[in-house]
Amino acid sequence: MFRSHVLVCGGTGCHSNHSEEIIKEFNNLIVSQGLEKDVQVVRTGCFGLCAVGPVVIIYPEGAFYSKVQVSDVEEIVSEHLVKGRIVERLLHKETETDSAAVKALSDTNFYKKQTRVALRNCGVINPENIDEYIAYDGYQALIKVLTEMQPQEVIDVITKSGLRGRGGAGFPTGRKWQFTKDAPGDVKYVACNADEGDPGAFMDRSILEGDPHALVEAMTIAGYAVGAHQGYVYVRAEYPIAVSRLQIAIDQAREYGLLGDNILESGFAFDIEIRLGAGAFVCGEETALITSIEGNRGEPRPRPPFPAVKGLFGKPTLLNNVETYANVAQIINKGADWFTQMCTERSRGTKVFALGGKINNTGLVEIPMGTPLRTVVEDIGGGIPNGKKFKAAQTGGPSGGCIPAHLIDTPIEYESLLAIGSMMGSGGLIVMDEDNCMVDSAKFFLEFTVDESCGKCTACRIGTKRLYELLCKVTDGKATMEDLDKMEELCYYIKDNSLCGLGQSAPNPVLSTLKYFREEYIAHVRDKVCPAGVCKSLVNFSILKDKCIGCKMCARACPADAILPQTEIMPGKKLPYLVIDHNKCVKCGNCMSTCKFKAIIKK
Amino acid sequence: MKSIADIKAIRDKMQAQIVVRDKEQSNEIRIVVGMATCGISAGARPVFNTLMDEVSTRQLRNVKVSRSGCLGMCRLEPIVEVFVPGQDKVTYCHVDADKAKVIIANHIVNGNICTEYLIGAEE
Ligand SMILES: Cc1cc2nc3c(=O)[nH]c(=O)nc-3n(C[C@H](O)[C@H](O)[C@H](O)COP(=O)(O)O)c2cc1C
Repeated sequence: MFRSHVLVCGGTGCHSNHSEEIIKEFNNLIVSQGLEKDVQVVRTGCFGLCAVGPVVIIYPEGAFYSKVQVSDVEEIVSEHLVKGRIVERLLHKETETDSAAVKALSDTNFYKKQTRVALRNCGVINPENIDEYIAYDGYQALIKVLTEMQPQEVIDVITKSGLRGRGGAGFPTGRKWQFTKDAPGDVKYVACNADEGDPGAFMDRSILEGDPHALVEAMTIAGYAVGAHQGYVYVRAEYPIAVSRLQIAIDQAREYGLLGDNILESGFAFDIEIRLGAGAFVCGEETALITSIEGNRGEPRPRPPFPAVKGLFGKPTLLNNVETYANVAQIINKGADWFTQMCTERSRGTKVFALGGKINNTGLVEIPMGTPLRTVVEDIGGGIPNGKKFKAAQTGGPSGGCIPAHLIDTPIEYESLLAIGSMMGSGGLIVMDEDNCMVDSAKFFLEFTVDESCGKCTACRIGTKRLYELLCKVTDGKATMEDLDKMEELCYYIKDNSLCGLGQSAPNPVLSTLKYFREEYIAHVRDKVCPAGVCKSLVNFSILKDKCIGCKMCARACPADAILPQTEIMPGKKLPYLVIDHNKCVKCGNCMSTCKFKAIIKK
Repeated sequence: MKSIADIKAIRDKMQAQIVVRDKEQSNEIRIVVGMATCGISAGARPVFNTLMDEVSTRQLRNVKVSRSGCLGMCRLEPIVEVFVPGQDKVTYCHVDADKAKVIIANHIVNGNICTEYLIGAEE
């Protein structure tokens, strides 16, 4: 019986910040203190607060230590674990209280407004230990389904819950299951989309890393419901931790007879294999993904036929996203009504977002559908750093659009985001402040889609390239007002004529910034200025001669030798001021960040 | 290969171990055992272990057992403090494993303070 549990985050974020060494150090010191029978060290999945990682939480006190270094472990062991005194200097600020006790994590602003369904076990259990998953009601849904429910009843519960796909398009999950079940054919497959190509998104990775059995259980339930006996998880090879934990989970499930020929002696057979992808964005598109699993080059094909009718190896195939599956077991356990309570009329349940960009609490958050964007940015996200102003948030990544500041009260759910020209997407949420140029951000996403376009159809291959060039013209200050109209026309052309969702949605970042930040485009075109001071061709650095004291720090920092002293000495100064030669300047901004006298301005 | 009964057994066994990780702040009862050198030498360890075992076998999810340092009254150790939300702190002294069981049964489960173990009751 362990009296203390030391939970150390082993998600990719904390892992790259040396959480593995922290675990080792804990284990070493615990043994040398003779506490190995009293204290258990548990490597968990992501806690969500990646901004303050590596994080360690110690129960029963619930002390939440942030930014823990290997060198801090000794103090935690000797103070907290041996003497029972909490190491206050390492406590996450928000959890400190006046009394000896600490505030529960669930009471901090970051967690209070979240509802954890898909992430419920992330940061709570050891993902490599099936028994811990079972302790938190794991595999209870599978038992219930196999012993008490007919396949059709399972589908009815999922349909009634109103669960919709979390991979982007938001298709009703129950209906997809029904289509697959009803499709003619003896051999059917269940597949999971864990490609997660949206830049900056890591929801699916975190679920795989923190709670892989949830996926194994849900896919097995899905297999039972639609009549499949084989499952495939398509995950990018760039997620090594996720892949290895998922493989461990699959092996453990096989060992327990929760996967295999005769699951829990019910006669039902199901097994799962992992397929690694090479990390192409287009392979997240369902038909390309299926082609890739079959061993071919990952290119999409026209739909219909939809995968539910003709998918993997030409057989009916159910394809869902990781997060979609992560809801399934709980819906079976707690019932459809429980799920519909967290909701708006058309969007049920919760959604996980990877919160990034100009926000204090970078990390992973899960909110009930319909939560206003403001709550996510201001309360959960802890606002914008350095007192800057919120300008916009990008949802849906390269396929999505931006939500401008005046719409910050928009509830986050499928329909209301579509209505304002953005989309739910798979869960990337990038916050931008006044220092971000919206044209530049659209250009960033277009550059991504140009790179990732598979090249199969012309509209996408050439269209996105031409659109990108037009955006470059704008940011170079060479575009005309007609170019803006041409851009818009090209956007609609690409949307209408592309083969798959990649091209069909690629122009969205351009269209939505044109809609909400047109004046910023016009400023680039007509006035040749970038209001945010981002686009290099349009900004000029200059030195205010009455503020310059002539110290030459900037000249030394300049990589292009573009800063030269003059001969004239300004009144009250000892040295001659300096001037930037605009022909030589490469606009790196080094001079401005070096100057201690605020004598250099960007315009 | 496990049967359904096996899975259920694993669940029950593991749940008892994992209660430590629940932290329901709202109506949480905290039991704190003085575990400085004075407490330990007076026998706080078996008290602590008994409290832990009782809490986990009875699956008292809203009860947390934790340790503190020296309370400054070393002659009264082992000392156990009980914090019930909305009530005054209760301090027991000279606790042993048997008394710990009684405290859980009477005070924590049934809400009756064990006045005979209270600090000052002996004097
Ligand atoms: C270019 C492109 C990329 C996509 N990438 C992903 C992805 O990384 N993960 C994902 O789950 N769905 C992705 N999708 C959506 C899938 O095609 C599909 O709709 C989804 O996996 C279905 O699962 P769901 O109903 O559970 O959401 C992508 C779609 C497109 C067009």
